[in-house]
Amino acid sequence: MEQTNQKNRHVYWNPYFGGFLLGLLIIFTFYITGRGLGASGAVKSGVVTVVNKVSPEHTENNAYYKKFIDGENSPMNNWLVFEALGVIMGAFLSGAVTGRIKLKTQHSPKITAKRRLFFALIGGLLFGFGAQIARGCTSGAALSGISVLATAGFVSMIAIFGTGYLVAYFFRKNWI
Amino acid sequence: MGPIIPNELIPAEWNFVFAILIGIAFGFIMEASGFSSSRKLVGVFYGYDFAVLKVFLTATMVAVIGLHYLDYLNWINMDQLFVQPTYLWAAIVGGFIMGVGFLAGGFCPGTSLCAVGIGKIDGIVFTIGLFIGILIFSESFLWLQPLYENSFLGHITLDETLNVSPYLIIFIFTLIALLAFFVSDMVRKRVKKVFY
Repeated sequence: MEQTNQKNRHVYWNPYFGGFLLGLLIIFTFYITGRGLGASGAVKSGVVTVVNKVSPEHTENNAYYKKFIDGENSPMNNWLVFEALGVIMGAFLSGAVTGRIKLKTQHSPKITAKRRLFFALIGGLLFGFGAQIARGCTSGAALSGISVLATAGFVSMIAIFGTGYLVAYFFRKNWI
Repeated sequence: MGPIIPNELIPAEWNFVFAILIGIAFGFIMEASGFSSSRKLVGVFYGYDFAVLKVFLTATMVAVIGLHYLDYLNWINMDQLFVQPTYLWAAIVGGFIMGVGFLAGGFCPGTSLCAVGIGKIDGIVFTIGLFIGILIFSESFLWLQPLYENSFLGHITLDETLNVSPYLIIFIFTLIALLAFFVSDMVRKRVKKVFY
């Protein structure tokens, strides 16, 4: 196992092949549903559902939660939630056929697993927060947006990746 | 003519069946391309692995060309496809925060779900972080509402913003993508290899 890692042989697909298939999938998704792919919207549905379970009055009084509450219809009864469950299943299938399924924390040998998990939590928190402000993440806003030439898609992509390059220096110890 | 569910060519109940199937394909493609590995993903920011750039740009190129071609053939009506609204400052500020989150956490929401699928603990923790971040946003919505709702420019596309032909934008976008592929291969040869 160590040996294969030293050669970076993870038998991943050629990125152009993966990108080509992903492009076809985006076309198919728009052809069927009229909308693109997404990811953060599914987690948002989860948040709204939990908060609504804990305190229905609270969601009723909050202008943001209220947008996603629709009477008796659960916020989990949503296209993106089913799609996101599919994403986890699809990744599991791909991992199963290539033997990559393993409960582990992946991190650079220069940092501890604890540090990796701390930064993963902070990163997720920021990403979730930012995705709500921008009305979508890399899948929903950037990938699907650019596919229909939405101006917001281009702005989001440039902002996400541009910032990534700007701050990469400060996080270098975690990765290289 | 597509899109076929909004045009009621098949019953709307099929929508959720397609949601799961499309999700499975999406997750499979991302995982098989290596997107369940945070160290592979962030390689694009340090120059040792450009899979993110190549997959992302190839996918958008194929999608944007394909959709416009189907529109030209009258198989799909571009005007019926969902174009997300542009709130300029919200997109910039949100994108900035997501960029910091990407470098800190090593995933984005879609890829962290992939990592969850193959048992990565860092992916699970990132997803919990997403949950908390969305909760914080929602709880402080009153305070964030001006940023969220101001600078609304409509459901616009880049060709409308710049007042040029969409085909010109697609052409230039394709040239930029091809240039990026070429440059990324040159950069990767000069950067020290990282094993992960």
